Amino acid sequence: MAKKILAVDDSASMRQMVLFTLQGAGYEVVQACDGVEALELARQSAVDLVLTDVHMPRMDGITLVRELRALLNYKLVPMLILTTESSAEKKMDGKRAGATGWIVKPFNPPQLLATVARVI
Amino acid sequence: MTIDPEMAEIVKVFFQESREGLDAMETGLLGLGASADTENINTIFRAAHSIKGGSATFGFAEVAAFTHGVETLLDEMRNGVRPVTSEAVQTLLQACDCMREMIAATEAEQPLDQGRIATLNSDITHILGERPNEAPAPASSAPNHGAGPAAPAAGPAASADQSTGWRIAFEPVAELLRLRNEPTRMFAELERLGTFAAQADVSRLPALDALDPESCYLSWTLEVSGQIARAKLDEIFDWVDSHCRLEFTTTGRAAAAVQAAPQALAPSVVPSAEAKAAPAAEAERSPPPATVPVQKAAAESGSIRVATEKVDGIINLVGELLITQSMLSGFADGIDPDDLDRLRQGLSQLARNTRELQESVMQIRMLPISFAFNRFPRIVHDLSRKLSKKVELKLSGEGTELDKTVLEKISDPLVHLVRNALDHGLEIPDRRLAAGKQETGTLELAAFHEGGNIIIEVRDDGAGLNKTKILQKARERGLVAADQELTDEQIDNLIFMPGFSTADQISDVSGRGVGMDVVRRNINDLGGHVQISSKEGLGSTIRIRLPLTLAILDGQLVRVGKEVYIISLLAIVETIQVPRERVNKLVGRTEVFRLREEYLPVVKLCDQFGVEPDSRSAEDGLLVVVEADGKRAGVLVDDLLAQQQVVIKSLESNFKSVSGIAGATILGDGTVALIIDVPGLIRSVVNSSGAISAHAA
Repeated sequence: MAKKILAVDDSASMRQMVLFTLQGAGYEVVQACDGVEALELARQSAVDLVLTDVHMPRMDGITLVRELRALLNYKLVPMLILTTESSAEKKMDGKRAGATGWIVKPFNPPQLLATVARVI
Repeated sequence: MTIDPEMAEIVKVFFQESREGLDAMETGLLGLGASADTENINTIFRAAHSIKGGSATFGFAEVAAFTHGVETLLDEMRNGVRPVTSEAVQTLLQACDCMREMIAATEAEQPLDQGRIATLNSDITHILGERPNEAPAPASSAPNHGAGPAAPAAGPAASADQSTGWRIAFEPVAELLRLRNEPTRMFAELERLGTFAAQADVSRLPALDALDPESCYLSWTLEVSGQIARAKLDEIFDWVDSHCRLEFTTTGRAAAAVQAAPQALAPSVVPSAEAKAAPAAEAERSPPPATVPVQKAAAESGSIRVATEKVDGIINLVGELLITQSMLSGFADGIDPDDLDRLRQGLSQLARNTRELQESVMQIRMLPISFAFNRFPRIVHDLSRKLSKKVELKLSGEGTELDKTVLEKISDPLVHLVRNALDHGLEIPDRRLAAGKQETGTLELAAFHEGGNIIIEVRDDGAGLNKTKILQKARERGLVAADQELTDEQIDNLIFMPGFSTADQISDVSGRGVGMDVVRRNINDLGGHVQISSKEGLGSTIRIRLPLTLAILDGQLVRVGKEVYIISLLAIVETIQVPRERVNKLVGRTEVFRLREEYLPVVKLCDQFGVEPDSRSAEDGLLVVVEADGKRAGVLVDDLLAQQQVVIKSLESNFKSVSGIAGATILGDGTVALIIDVPGLIRSVVNSSGAISAHAA
């Protein structure tokens, strides 16, 4: 069965690019446009990986990771944050919140796939 | 970036999204008072951040580099490091304009305006440089976009670069597994680099009953041989270097032992919390967690983006459906009486369904007028600065919806009216104070429904129109006869005449005498109507009346001979039979008739369109009194038929533009009927017999 990835980003173009890349590689992808929606989706069904942007309205990616880690079902799910190279402290914030790792923006489809392959 | 069609679509989405982001930034910046509202700045920052991320991802490095500076400035503002000054806001607004141009140029594959970009860049750098203790270091990271995942922290990897083999001491903290960093996966990565061997140290493994399954008790000595760059190893351990002790030793030819030194690493195992003492201090400055922004739902009410052509396709189909339905209802008249009731029932249901479908489909085309209004805070902000006037802009009825086409076409005339109101209507503060008014002028834009129309009003509390001056000018230019008396309202509306401007001096804001007449023509072309009323010293109100949609029209079917024409019900004032004694022939060929106190020109459709009527004399037919632009005329027809909604088919796109005809439609019996262009028709009569308007007035 295809691995299921929850992709969270407030930018539709980034979501589509992630979706296009991951689906092309045979993953199943569910999308959310902010942390609140992602949390809702994550509660409803299990996923194998969470991939989230940091800056989003309503709930940011760091908070999302923290909230998800607190859920029993998501204790062991890898979570990656999408971040820009300028925000070294964001990586650390992400780590502290419980993120497995990060993908540095900008990335291209092969880089995304390689990074995803490191965790699932 | 590969240019497969799927990616091209995504890039298109990015451009669209960036434009929306820029709109949001602009709105946010204009709403930024002296006190920095965290929520607002966060929104602005996020928009800039998304544009930067997207442009870098999709390979638009220059946009990304420029946006980086903007983002840095916004980031400092949002963290309270940088005060929100009106200069900075002004620069950011200009930066928004510049980004908008860059995006447009990129999309059109045109060269960028490098001069402007450089100027603004240095403005931003200047602002950022004002307080050097906050070094945002934008330059180092901005230019190398697309270079692949940035190597983790440039520092430590620099000295030890390449070796034919490495020994790695890897001693994770117990919490390693909690974040799902799997050592085995990292080993698999290492294995890909060269020959790999791992040796586990199990000495810390506790007895089974004391074992916490989520903790990591093992440490490893890893050996990997092959031509391997140190950076590759750093990449693999990048995510965990704060959760382990790491020691890299070269085993190959370049055998200079290198003490691993990603900055957080102490030589012994350090609990992760302490290991991050330095970044934690840094985190103090980042926004307090309490400011998790709660976005207003307004902007994202679950909307979908639909291409206009698709919607037009559906509308066309619904039009066909309407035609089928009216064809069926005609058919029902001559059918076996037994089946008639059921057929009628079915038909009335079909009619209801069709109508509902039509309404809901039309709804897709409807957009809130806020799409047009949203431009104005910025325009007013910029203009009032330029003119040194104080203006408060009030918007109301932004949610009022109107057809997308109408919305797009009304936008420019509205801008013109607003600029005019600011330039000519509102006074400078001194003059306002002298006139006993508040220093700050008010400009209101309001939209609302009235009958089957949308009304848009542009109101200002400025000086109002100078009627004496207008009348004088109109007489000078021969627009009004010297002895002609006009009402106040008529005088005010003279400003919509071609070539009319009372501006004492031409400014670059408005006032070249082209304008108001163009505004009126554009509005008339939309089937709308504009008029102004003004009180000297108190202000002016411009009122625009627009039809809800351009796609469907409530029509009156009229017959001339064998032809059927359609006149918009909105244009019809009344329909009368005219006694012979009220019809007069003027010099020339035009006939006029007296309706109460008014003389109206008679338009004979038979002559206009060259068809053979039942009768050529006014008293045998019916006169449909129509009105457009405040002018009236009587249209002579043989008979009135049904009233019905008709779907407007463009004559221009299906045939060619014909004067006096606004479009065509297909009737229930399948025949084509032409829709009369009432304003055009009235213009043609009034122009060919100028005397009539004078008489009528």
